[in-house]
Amino acid sequence: MTKAITVSGLHKSFGRTRALDGLDLEVEPGEVHGFLGPNGAGKSTTIRVLLGLLRADSGAAQVLGRDPWADAVELHRRLAYVPGDVELWPGLTGGEAIDLLARLRGGLDRRRRAELVERFDLDPTKKGRAYSKGNRQKVAIVAALASDAELLVLDEPTAGLDPLMEVVFQDVIGEAKAAGRTVLLSSHILAQVEKLADRVSIIRLGRTVQSGSLGELRHLTRTTIEAETERPVTGLDSLPGVHGLRTVDDATGRVRFAVDGGLVDGAVRKLTEFGIRSLISHPPTLEELMLRHYGDELAANGHGAARDTDGEPR
Amino acid sequence: MTSATTAPGTRASAAPVAGGNALAGTRTLIRFALRRDRVRLPVWIGALLLGTLTTANSFRTLYSDPQDRANAVAGADSPANLALSGPRHYLTDDGFGSILSHQMIGFTAVLVGLMSVLVVTRHTRAEEETGRAELVRSTVVGRHAHLAAALSVAVLANLVLALLLALGLTGLGLEGVDTAGSLVYGFAHAAAGLVFAAVAAVTAQFTAHTRGASGAALAVIGVAYALRAAGDSGGDGALSWLSPIGWVQRSYPYVDNRWWPLLLCLVCAVACAAAGFVLSTRRDVGAGLRPEKLGSPTASAALATPVGFALRLHRGMLTGFGAGLFLMGAMYGSVLGEAEDMLQGIDEIEEALARLGGASVVESFASMVMVVLTVVAAVYVVMAALRPRAEETAGRAEPLLATGLSRSRWVGGHLAVAMGGGTVVLLLAGLGFGAAGAASTGDAGLLPDLVGAALAYAPALWVTAGVAVVLFGWFPRAGQAAWIVPVYAFVVGYLGQILQFPGWMNNLSPFGHIPRLPAADLDWTPLLLLTLVAAGLVWLGLAGFRRRDLDMK
Repeated sequence: MTKAITVSGLHKSFGRTRALDGLDLEVEPGEVHGFLGPNGAGKSTTIRVLLGLLRADSGAAQVLGRDPWADAVELHRRLAYVPGDVELWPGLTGGEAIDLLARLRGGLDRRRRAELVERFDLDPTKKGRAYSKGNRQKVAIVAALASDAELLVLDEPTAGLDPLMEVVFQDVIGEAKAAGRTVLLSSHILAQVEKLADRVSIIRLGRTVQSGSLGELRHLTRTTIEAETERPVTGLDSLPGVHGLRTVDDATGRVRFAVDGGLVDGAVRKLTEFGIRSLISHPPTLEELMLRHYGDELAANGHGAARDTDGEPR
Repeated sequence: MTSATTAPGTRASAAPVAGGNALAGTRTLIRFALRRDRVRLPVWIGALLLGTLTTANSFRTLYSDPQDRANAVAGADSPANLALSGPRHYLTDDGFGSILSHQMIGFTAVLVGLMSVLVVTRHTRAEEETGRAELVRSTVVGRHAHLAAALSVAVLANLVLALLLALGLTGLGLEGVDTAGSLVYGFAHAAAGLVFAAVAAVTAQFTAHTRGASGAALAVIGVAYALRAAGDSGGDGALSWLSPIGWVQRSYPYVDNRWWPLLLCLVCAVACAAAGFVLSTRRDVGAGLRPEKLGSPTASAALATPVGFALRLHRGMLTGFGAGLFLMGAMYGSVLGEAEDMLQGIDEIEEALARLGGASVVESFASMVMVVLTVVAAVYVVMAALRPRAEETAGRAEPLLATGLSRSRWVGGHLAVAMGGGTVVLLLAGLGFGAAGAASTGDAGLLPDLVGAALAYAPALWVTAGVAVVLFGWFPRAGQAAWIVPVYAFVVGYLGQILQFPGWMNNLSPFGHIPRLPAADLDWTPLLLLTLVAAGLVWLGLAGFRRRDLDMK
């Protein structure tokens, strides 16, 4: 089966600014693929290349087995796009904008449109100029989801949505996934990607730094363990893969440390020697995945905590 | 939404002369507004000043002979001419000052009004619409400070304009243009500006949108102009007394130098401004007094076609230009019958007409009017053809071009409306000109002649659109350069006839190749060639746009 999206060695510069610097990306059909990176990492540029709105300087990109630049129009009939910053026509109502975008894409399901308008609590009779940012975003989301697209390309789609609508959005994407659609979801909201994505690609400075299923990535990262033991723990910091060991509470002897994925077993064995009274283990969150890759940047920005979770400079 | 009206004691401080609290921060806001307008206002004032001074100065050569002046004054005495200029009383005096006041005040008062309206809405409603006012109002700034600052800036701009006009006109040293008259002339402009600034202070309270607020105030200017036009064209002029523009014209600078009609303006301005302050306390920050109008929850089938969609976006502008050009054509047409008498006094125009060769004065005059009408139509065409660029930079092209709509069809829709709409607008201009011209001359054959003459310019409009699309496709950042086409066409086609430019300058403009109907004979070759050039330019522009990156935010 052909991949939904394949990108290899993509380069794109705007004047002297290098937006993409050899980016790779693979999205399997039917999966929700999280596309993570800080602002300015090149997420939107990649997506716009995939939509044929920008032409890559070099590298190969295929969407649904076709060239996004040459076959843009045919491809666009099979995909739906939600930009991160939706601009609407001031004189057109939200309902008109939904119909316009969906029809130009090749038709929409009236029943599903009505249902989505209802679920997102959108007033389709208001003029574009009267909508808030969140409501403009809803218009684009409804237009994208009301049509029968195989591939949904969502560029930070929930920016400006309130938490309640965020939940609705997650439900709707879950349903799209169940219906067998492929979703490329760019975001810097980690919790959202964690809930929805099967696989993620993390990019930075126009390059893919890591890619894989959440499980695989977790394997690469550190689990945080907090333990309270009968006797004071000794010799733990000499074990391989243990980082940032410190005693949280002197009275109870509670310790906290991070341990590399795959080496958890040795650390827990060691703890049992001292009689475990309580044990809490946190699987790595995407926050921590990101911090491992961007920790140096955060540290440079004066965010001391980056060092705390990471233990040592990479 | 932040609400200012819920604060205690609001109603008590509703009057414009409320205590220091409601006006706190006004001085800072005035300085801030002047800083933001440091280019805009000097350009407005400079353009108005220069326009007036060059017109006044041109009288020196245009009416060098007292007999020329007498002829011009006599020629101006017709209902159509009075509707375009001003009250008949000016005709009792044939001095330079009187002619200047008669011809200019009605027109410049509209422009001064436009400047004042835009200053006020820009610093009140636009600030609220963008949300900046909310930020500013959360600091130590009174609830009336924004409106007070905007009105102060408008007052200041109008006073500066009035003084500069008075100084400049006196400085010209024209016979009969004295200091006392120039002061009245200058302050007549300021008075008109103040009234319309105050009107904008009221309209800014009604709708939540800057365009609506400016539009309503501009409509008031339009009605004021129409009232004085109707009043001055005949009868006892009672209708003119309902119009602030009529009032300022009745200060009769250089003729009677009356100040009291200007006081009438001042009273009206103070009353409107007071109403604006009171109304502003009856609404929330960012909201209008009138609730937002709702529209259709679904799109019509036509909207989802490229042309239907472009037509929807251009609808307002297209109707505006269509109606405007029809009326403009009709106005010129209604004076066509008097063209002969009117133009005989002016040597330069007579010479220019003679160069067109053999045609009657009516035909020659019609050919020159046609140039003006087509340049206005070209302004529409450039605005419409540059619309895709505006859509692109506003970020609205991105979601559309990510659908099944191809780039060529998207631009093609806009171009169809630009070129087709331009042709329709031209047709309306020709119809208005021809119908009114046929009526005023009693020659029914003029209607088809003038409609045909107008339509002959269509290929030049298409070339104009072609130039815009080439710039859009290949040099998108330089899109505004397309304005050179109508500006050049006007300079060469209209002024060039009088100032005798060499022929090659005329050939550079697409409009220069159109046979000057009805004075000249119809020649199809240039029309066909221009159409081919337009098609080539469109093809080239689309090819450029298909291969470039879309500009996005």
